[in-house]
Amino acid sequence: MTAGTLSWRWLAAGVGAMVAALLTGLAVGPAGIPPGALIEGRLSPLQEAVLWELRAPRVLLGALVGATLASAGASYQAVFRNPLADPYLLGAAAGAGLGATLAIVYGGFLPLPLAAFAGATGAVTGAYLLGRSVGDGRGTATLILAGVAMAAFLTALQTLLLQQNTENVRAIYSWLLGRLSTSGWHEVGLVAPYAVVSIAVALAYRRLLDVLRVGDQEADALGIRVGRLRLLVIGAATLGTAAAVAASGLIGFVGIIIPHAVRLLAGSSFRVVLPLSMLFGAAFLVLADVVARTLLSPAELPIGVVTACIGAPFFVLILRTSREAAA
Amino acid sequence: MGSRCAAAAVIATLLLLAGCGASDQGEERPTRIVSLSPSATETLFAIGAGEQVIAVDEESDHPAGVPRTNLSSYQPNVEAIAGYEPDLVLLPASVPRDVAAGLRRVGLTVISQPAPANLDDAYAQMRQLGRATGHPEAAERLARRTRARVERLIAAAPAGARLDFFHELDPDLYSTGTKTFIGRIYQRLGLRNVADPAARRAGTPYPQLSSEAVVAADPDLIVLADSECCGQSPATVGRRPGWQQVAAVKAGAVVAVDDDIASRWGPRIPVFVARAVEAMQLARGAEAGS
Repeated sequence: MTAGTLSWRWLAAGVGAMVAALLTGLAVGPAGIPPGALIEGRLSPLQEAVLWELRAPRVLLGALVGATLASAGASYQAVFRNPLADPYLLGAAAGAGLGATLAIVYGGFLPLPLAAFAGATGAVTGAYLLGRSVGDGRGTATLILAGVAMAAFLTALQTLLLQQNTENVRAIYSWLLGRLSTSGWHEVGLVAPYAVVSIAVALAYRRLLDVLRVGDQEADALGIRVGRLRLLVIGAATLGTAAAVAASGLIGFVGIIIPHAVRLLAGSSFRVVLPLSMLFGAAFLVLADVVARTLLSPAELPIGVVTACIGAPFFVLILRTSREAAA
Repeated sequence: MGSRCAAAAVIATLLLLAGCGASDQGEERPTRIVSLSPSATETLFAIGAGEQVIAVDEESDHPAGVPRTNLSSYQPNVEAIAGYEPDLVLLPASVPRDVAAGLRRVGLTVISQPAPANLDDAYAQMRQLGRATGHPEAAERLARRTRARVERLIAAAPAGARLDFFHELDPDLYSTGTKTFIGRIYQRLGLRNVADPAARRAGTPYPQLSSEAVVAADPDLIVLADSECCGQSPATVGRRPGWQQVAAVKAGAVVAVDDDIASRWGPRIPVFVARAVEAMQLARGAEAGS
């Protein structure tokens, strides 16, 4: 592989994986629509409703959320030059969790997705302002620490609220573990604009993010306004993440393992990592959702559990094979 | 001979007195009852033991005027309960085991009632509360009256081909399998539970289903036990994507039932059964009309 450029082979593999995952997602489900009837278009009204009003939006939402979380994860790792960064680093998950919990407990003041979105963006904005006010505005360490503090604080508030409203435990818990099980076109419409903007910004700045890898001062010397770039990329990634969690709850692990798996397999330039993370992130989450709804079908497994359960061993496998290949 | 006789008489008298003493003690009514179980609270007030109740948990909201406190029925504080100096504490199964152990360690009398497996269990719990609070006759009457009303409703439920139902616990589509108290009631009504395959596969009495699974199962009637908590109604169900194709929605056989009534096993059991029967009638009516 040549450093820095995305080979056609990998691009084709990414697109192929995503298309295959989407088709699998459409074909598999508890309603058990026979593939023959599907291809010939001989479906009952009920089967049509299942396919187009339930399965199709669910699969598409999974792809959007997976692509957004993976590309946001890669963006965060780029601007923080930190391999452990994920889309929830600056408190997006904790803020969304608090927002969702408030919406569930004091139902009616805001729809849940809006409350989660506001919580996520609010938390990251707060962490960013806090980090800037205590740091010199340039280093990433103070920003990360501000994010950690913000996340811990908001999680504590959320837990307190949960503890005092135990009758809502199941609803809150179910949201925290992520869900695509009741999604429709409405949710797809909610997420799509943010996902597109977030992914487009990350892709547009992929070259500058590569330059950023050499260090803040060096990038500065090369004429890049580092602070502005960081703010822009964090902003776009956060919008995407907030929309994703608003529609589907907290789905962990996608934002961290997909970019790393891509990096290990296809190369570490962000011109490679960002587009491939998007494609493989979409494929991964759609397939994880297929597992979530078929493993115990017709019962559902929380998708957050599936992404971690499949993701962790899968990631270790990639880590091992890539190290063996390097040795 | 005479002295032996006298000795026997003395012993017999002593035994009798001891026996009377014991039974007297047994009938002594507790006067400082703390109930952390909303179901038990409803039963206590229905059998005339309400005046002996000094504190109930934050979820106990029926009947009106119960001495509600901020005691939790999930994570209660042993010290806070003991602070009421109760002579009887009623706990539901949701309370962690160490709470009951802690209360007994400080010398309190505790009755822990798990969720009943079926209707007969629920009636037995009413009788147990009657015995424990000194109202055995009233409890017996309540159990019999509740049972009679439930049996009348079941007998009057529409007959015919077996109907499929979906019992919704929340908008994330958690439901209940047949091996629960509520599930057994539906079973008595001769209904088939669309959540049963999921409950079996997932190995839980409370499985989560997907929209697709419910729509594909095409239930004839839907009972919403998430109307209070989560604002669900026949109208909101009708607006869910894909659900317009479901038999229950087409037939208008979607009924909301108060969440509390659908999750307790006290004197209001017949109210729940009546709602379920109403849903059956709606489903049957549509069948006859079509």
